[in-house]
Amino acid sequence: MIYFDKVTKRYDGNGPALENITLSIAPKEFVSIVGHSGAGKTTLLKLLLAEERPSDGAVFFESINVNDLPSSALHHYRRKIGVVFQDFRLIPNKTAYENIAFAMEAAGRTDDEIASDVPYILELVNLADKASHFPDQLSGGEKQRIAIGRAIINQPELIVADEPTGNLDPINTYEVVEILKKINELGTTIIITTHNKGVVDAVGRRVVTIDRGKIVRDDATGKYVL
Amino acid sequence: MNWMIIKRVLVGGGKNFARGGAVSVATVLIMTVTLAIIGSLIFLSALLTYTLATIKEKVDVSVYFVTTASEQEIFAVKDQLEKLPQVASISYTSAEDALTAFRQRHANDQLTLQALDELGENPLDASLEVQAKDPSQYESIVNFLQASPALSAGGASIIDRINYAQNKEVIDRLSLAIRATHDVGFAIIALFALASILIAFATIRLAIYTARDEIAVMRLVGASNAYIQGPFIVTGVITGIIAVALVLFLSWPATWYAGTKTVGWFGGFNLASYYAENFAFIFFTLMLSGIALGAAASVLAIRKYLKV
Repeated sequence: MIYFDKVTKRYDGNGPALENITLSIAPKEFVSIVGHSGAGKTTLLKLLLAEERPSDGAVFFESINVNDLPSSALHHYRRKIGVVFQDFRLIPNKTAYENIAFAMEAAGRTDDEIASDVPYILELVNLADKASHFPDQLSGGEKQRIAIGRAIINQPELIVADEPTGNLDPINTYEVVEILKKINELGTTIIITTHNKGVVDAVGRRVVTIDRGKIVRDDATGKYVL
Repeated sequence: MNWMIIKRVLVGGGKNFARGGAVSVATVLIMTVTLAIIGSLIFLSALLTYTLATIKEKVDVSVYFVTTASEQEIFAVKDQLEKLPQVASISYTSAEDALTAFRQRHANDQLTLQALDELGENPLDASLEVQAKDPSQYESIVNFLQASPALSAGGASIIDRINYAQNKEVIDRLSLAIRATHDVGFAIIALFALASILIAFATIRLAIYTARDEIAVMRLVGASNAYIQGPFIVTGVITGIIAVALVLFLSWPATWYAGTKTVGWFGGFNLASYYAENFAFIFFTLMLSGIALGAAASVLAIRKYLKV
């Protein structure tokens, strides 16, 4: 489903952030990408989301070479992927309901579909009673659950979560991991980056370890080892 | 773009504006100042045009005829002049009318009136007051009269004098002063307008700068550039429309107050009357400026954040 083919990424004036990465991810996998801060985890996800272009090599999503996509086609490609960020990145002047609905609106879904799907997702992330709250009226855990709701609302084939529990306390971390596991059980491929040992161990699935821009371990049912 | 998307863009823009709080208020105020300056350009232009027209109307060339010239001869000259394309109008003042006007003008000056009575006859000349279509055409009218002097039956010229030479300097100076005021006034106001347009642009850019992360997220969740831009443009347009409404509303008391204070000074030009008579023109000019300014500033400001 996803294939990084000898990908290298260099930023101006620095050494490579990623070097000669070859990585394949199959449909319905749950992959944890671990490593120290600055190891290159986020860069890997940015390449997949076409936020960055590789200096060498290519990134494939199914049969699409992500680097060949013109800017005008990026939004179509990104609708196949749900994204969750460490800092939530909710739209501050939209309510919880509107933040989730925005992803559907952007994908051109009808008002009827939005009216039926958004309340269902709010129930799923257990925030139906906070639908009309703005992000600054929500706790960190609640914001992240809204962000997950926004990521899954269009039933994407892949969910990419960059340090999704980085700003959460242990209870909220557990809840977020449980939601992601449930989504994966329903057939969605999930890639998360983390340096939280508890998260990796709780997921108990494939673990790819990156260190200084290189893949140093790739364990099918790994544990957090650094 | 179908109706559903248009509706979402309009609603999104409206909500952005309503929830923008202090940023929306600040942007409206800056835009109001900008549009008020553009509005003052309209008033200044009208005032200068009015002043120029009034002065042009007051300028004429008087052709005085010798006292022996008959009315018939004078009307023959009048007919000739009326055929000239440069001439706008000609009025005839007979020697008797000139005397009556002179007596009225000097009604309180007994010494002058006594001197006039002692003369026993009317010393004043009959005259033709010629108005040209444009002040620059007086010279050619005078040249015409000098080149073909009207002759009496006895062969002597019936034209006593033409007062163009005395008036010429005043006409030229006034025209020059009005043109200079027009040009300098416009340059200053245009400079202010340009500066305030740049400030309005910068304010809208700042408002959109605060939303740059939001724009990046919209891109990452799969929104197209047009769908992201749309609500920001609508917000810019709403800002422009509210600012125009404020300027139009505040212009009523402002022009009324300024009008009553300056009507004499401006030689009869009343700002409030002009505003009332030309409201539709001012409304459409400002509305167009406000909408164009709001939309253009939004499009330019958001462009750089869409490269995610």
